Amino acid sequence: MSGTTHVRYELLRALRSWRTLFLSFGLPLVLYCVIVPANRHVVSDGIPFKLYFMTGMAAYGAMWGSINPGARIARDRAKGWVRALRVTPLRTRTEIAAKVLTAYLIALLTLALLFLAGALFGVRLDAAQWFEMTGLLLVGMAPFVAVGIALGHLLSVDALPPAMGGLVVLLALLGGAFGQLFPRGVMLTIVKLLPSYWLVHAGRAVVGSGSWPAEGWIVVAVWTLCLTPLAAIAYRHDTATV
Amino acid sequence: MGIELSKVAKSYGSVQAVRGIDLGVAPGETVALLGPNGAGKTTTIDMIFGLARPDSGTVSVFGASPTEAVRSGWIGGTLQDGSPPDQLKVRELVTLMASYYPHPLGVDDVLRQTGTADLAGRWASKLSGGQAQRVRFAAALVGDPDLLVLDEPTSGIDVEGRIEFWQAMRAVAERGKTILFATHYLEEADANADRIVLMARGRIVADGPATEIKAKVGSRSIRATLLGVDLAELQALPGVLSAERHGEAITLSCSDTDAALSALLISFPGTRDTEVRGASLEEAFLELTHEDDHDDRDAIEPSSSSKEGAR
Repeated sequence: MSGTTHVRYELLRALRSWRTLFLSFGLPLVLYCVIVPANRHVVSDGIPFKLYFMTGMAAYGAMWGSINPGARIARDRAKGWVRALRVTPLRTRTEIAAKVLTAYLIALLTLALLFLAGALFGVRLDAAQWFEMTGLLLVGMAPFVAVGIALGHLLSVDALPPAMGGLVVLLALLGGAFGQLFPRGVMLTIVKLLPSYWLVHAGRAVVGSGSWPAEGWIVVAVWTLCLTPLAAIAYRHDTATV
Repeated sequence: MGIELSKVAKSYGSVQAVRGIDLGVAPGETVALLGPNGAGKTTTIDMIFGLARPDSGTVSVFGASPTEAVRSGWIGGTLQDGSPPDQLKVRELVTLMASYYPHPLGVDDVLRQTGTADLAGRWASKLSGGQAQRVRFAAALVGDPDLLVLDEPTSGIDVEGRIEFWQAMRAVAERGKTILFATHYLEEADANADRIVLMARGRIVADGPATEIKAKVGSRSIRATLLGVDLAELQALPGVLSAERHGEAITLSCSDTDAALSALLISFPGTRDTEVRGASLEEAFLELTHEDDHDDRDAIEPSSSSKEGAR
């Protein structure tokens, strides 16, 4: 009665969705491969553009991957599957753990694809840096996983895709996934409060100090600590015994 | 006891869905929860599954709370509204359900038993209504729970599918499983349950074998060919509730057909083609579920006593 089958099928379902394939893998990879050749020798803000944009697109794809369980939750709710699962012995923690794990596994695939593309276009990092960058991206995803689960349990199946799409694109844009919008000034101070900023800047962090500054860790931690209880409340509200 | 509900009541806002019911289902029994829409069947089932909490009264399943019974895998079944999830094939869905239970059945066996083997490779979310119902039944069965609770398991299934479904269901019952199913089809309840629990407006209005429910209504009728008799005279015979005439044929609705029949034959020797009919289950159903429109009246007792009084 372990949860391995549940996790396996959860992952399979995610991989079978065109949404995952296109938004988490296809779009960031294609954007990277189309935009980088023309800007191969550009150095933006102290780091090579091909590295900057690699983490930018990896972050963008990972954001989609991590928020994506929410779409599945909303569809399963609409079909009565969430309710049907409540009359099986499946435990809540297994159900949630499977969603989180799937989000991370999909995101790891996104990172692997983008890192491979980056390496092909000449991004050179040592093993420790690749490893650190992966670690930072995975940590930085946590608030998005939580927000995905929360939205999945709060919004209707019709309202969810535009809400999720708008949120991801806005956060990716402000965080600098498509290029730094605010090099300095008050807007930079503001966007640094977004978890997406730190996700996008994981690449810059590893070529610099090897990690985010304290500020980055605090922003990611605060968002995670605020959004995780929200996801828990949304889940309980949605599945409460009436 | 398999299932035990004691003085259970449940309201949603101002709607009293279930108004204090007592229901016991013994292990191994197959019980039909029969009633029209809005009778409180689904609310009752939700409380047995632990999806709804009774406002008052208690629900236990194999001596435990519904939540414990669900967690232990003792109880399984299907809810009324629910369709299979996206991006899973039928065999995968059944395998997934099997993985949740401590001692599941073989996936292939269950697919065969439920007539879903030919659907195994299809997308579970892209089936016809009847096919989806069969897949839901397979998914409920594969965990091999001791108690199966099915909310309207045959709605949307065609005739052939229904026959197959009940065959599979009887095989499950023969293995000693306890089954509770909700339906608004009388024939299904009659043909497939050991006992029928008839619900109307949140109450249990009758509980027993189909024959007992028919008897409960009390109205059996006598038909005969009889000329030139005043209806009022017929109505005055002992055991007769009402009399009707269609051409030469008369129909007497009776509370006591034996008394009525002997009185009829003695009083009117010209009676021919005499025939005694029991009430159909359908008549019993309509009578028991529709006559009591006053919420605070008990459904069964006033029905028989008011009839006795009318004669």
